[in-house]
Amino acid sequence: MTPAEAAEKRDLRARRLLLLPAVALILAFGVVPLFIILIYSFLEPGAYGGVKWEFSTDAYVQFLFERDLFDDTLTFTTSYLEIYWRSLSLAVITTVLSLLIGFPCAYVIATKPPTQRNIWLFLITIPFWTNLLIRTYAMLLIVRDQGIVNGFLMGIGVIDQPIVMLYTDFAVGLGLIYSYLPFMVLPIYASLEKLDFRLVEAGFDLYADRRKVLRRIVVPLAMPGIVAGSILVFIPSLGAFITPVLLGGGTELMIGNMIQLQFGSSRNWPFGSAAALILMSTVLIALTIYVRNASRIRAGQS
Amino acid sequence: MQEDKKVAIRAENVTKIFGSGDQEVRALDNVSITINQNEFFTLLGPSGCGKTTLLRLIAGFEQPNAGEIWLDDQVLTGLPPHRRPVNTVFQSYALFPHMTVGQNIAFGLEMQGKGKQEIDSTVKEMLDLVHLGGMEMRTPAQLSGGQQQRVALARALANRPKVLLLDEPLSALDLKLRKGMQIELKRLQSETGITFVFVTHDQEEALTMSDRVAVMSSGQILQIGNPSEIYEHPQQRFVADFIGETNFLEAEVVDRAARRLRLDEGGEVTLAIDFSQETGQRVTLAVRPERAQLDKPNENATLKATVSTVVYFGTDTTYHLTLDGSGKPFTVRMQNRQGARRAFSAGDPVALLLPEDAIQVLKD
Repeated sequence: MTPAEAAEKRDLRARRLLLLPAVALILAFGVVPLFIILIYSFLEPGAYGGVKWEFSTDAYVQFLFERDLFDDTLTFTTSYLEIYWRSLSLAVITTVLSLLIGFPCAYVIATKPPTQRNIWLFLITIPFWTNLLIRTYAMLLIVRDQGIVNGFLMGIGVIDQPIVMLYTDFAVGLGLIYSYLPFMVLPIYASLEKLDFRLVEAGFDLYADRRKVLRRIVVPLAMPGIVAGSILVFIPSLGAFITPVLLGGGTELMIGNMIQLQFGSSRNWPFGSAAALILMSTVLIALTIYVRNASRIRAGQS
Repeated sequence: MQEDKKVAIRAENVTKIFGSGDQEVRALDNVSITINQNEFFTLLGPSGCGKTTLLRLIAGFEQPNAGEIWLDDQVLTGLPPHRRPVNTVFQSYALFPHMTVGQNIAFGLEMQGKGKQEIDSTVKEMLDLVHLGGMEMRTPAQLSGGQQQRVALARALANRPKVLLLDEPLSALDLKLRKGMQIELKRLQSETGITFVFVTHDQEEALTMSDRVAVMSSGQILQIGNPSEIYEHPQQRFVADFIGETNFLEAEVVDRAARRLRLDEGGEVTLAIDFSQETGQRVTLAVRPERAQLDKPNENATLKATVSTVVYFGTDTTYHLTLDGSGKPFTVRMQNRQGARRAFSAGDPVALLLPEDAIQVLKD
């Protein structure tokens, strides 16, 4: 073996060694649990939680059909699909609104003088200093019937009766946007910060007005940040658990709550596992479509 | 001389201030300028002299604090950049990295709502014009610096602007490419007939390419003229010093009517043209190194000097002299017509001859 080959081999071994902790962690806490969930979803539920080791596709059947208690006939039911649909649309709305609020915010920060940018970024991250649960409770105080918003509106005489906001989808959406907005702002800021603003000038110079410069130059170049931000907001919104419980009152089930329920009081682990896997595939499919569309926009075929 | 020419750009008493309070910077201080149609006009000056600011004011990226700018009969001041019929070639090219070469060139035409057929044929025409035919599907990242430069030119020219603004477009290119692009730009200007306003800090670029040059310093225009006027008859010390090499001599006006001056080193000179300074006033004179002549010590010498160093350049030789009397340095450049034979060597006493048309009286 020549010295060069030996050095290369040593280098390769060092690389593998450095990767080992991360790979081990992902295997132990990512792949293995996922595998367990996959197996559980094809088993029978145990009477007191847990699973019985008997193969069954009941969990998946149950997602779409209702089994009659007496004659075992299956009737199509949309109740779980509705939960999925409600969660999905709420997550999409949250993502879109976060984008509409977060993009201008990131743009403003990116166009500030470099010395001021860190202060603004610091302000964006301040909410993270407090636990999500506490922040959600704070939101509850704002939107409830006797809360700050209603108190103010009734105080100045705009309304006589409090507007019911708490325990509605509106409150859940508001809570989700509030919680995940920084995840939208930060990646978009990161790509706008790298944007060469002379390109914006070039756009103006070539007869594009502000709207066209935004659509044809700024947005395509910020697309990596927009994609990353949307993913970071969409996924946690879809599986959100605390916010729907506190602000939605748990009356309208969201996917996260439904899955939690299966592992908790419903004691149907296989169904919970199946629901989680269906959620995961939904996310994967949605993201694939989204990323593909986004890269098409970036290629300038908007 | 140029009265019959039509005016393209006219700026009147334009002032641009950046910052405020203590940090106030007057980038342009009461600048007025007229640029004619179909002219290659150069704004020349060191960095920070305001030349780029003037260009950005014409493009519309900045608005003046005072003064107005016209294009033909249209007031430009107040119009946003996208409503001005001018285009810019940026120093950094500013090509859109997410678009192909073709899309870059088509962008301005698309924004103006031109038809697809017209856009396609113009893009082809422009690519041929800058010798990049068949490259429309490449992305800017796949091009060399020189090619990117051509795309930037094609993108701006595709819109047939009334005025093309060029912000130091050649400064990022290496020497050989730069020389090539100088000729290329000149060709494009005469082929398209578009008024070019060219910003540079490179005096050679300014002299070789321009129809007229405006020399700028600290937010002001010091002198406007064609390259030979600027070079042969600089009116101010800064202009004489910034463009080419110059020797400065201090003198006193002996007789204004007879155009006679006495140099501080002794010796009198008579000038070929009138000057404005009164008899008895002190003046600064500028003499280009190649206009002065050396001879063996004799009676007709304007000044006596001693050779301190001789530098051989191939086509010519530069003699660094020390003037007798003041000890000031003086440079003379002589063509090597008789091969490499040197007429003088270090330490030789020489006679310095200043022909009357070689001396330029500066205004300050």
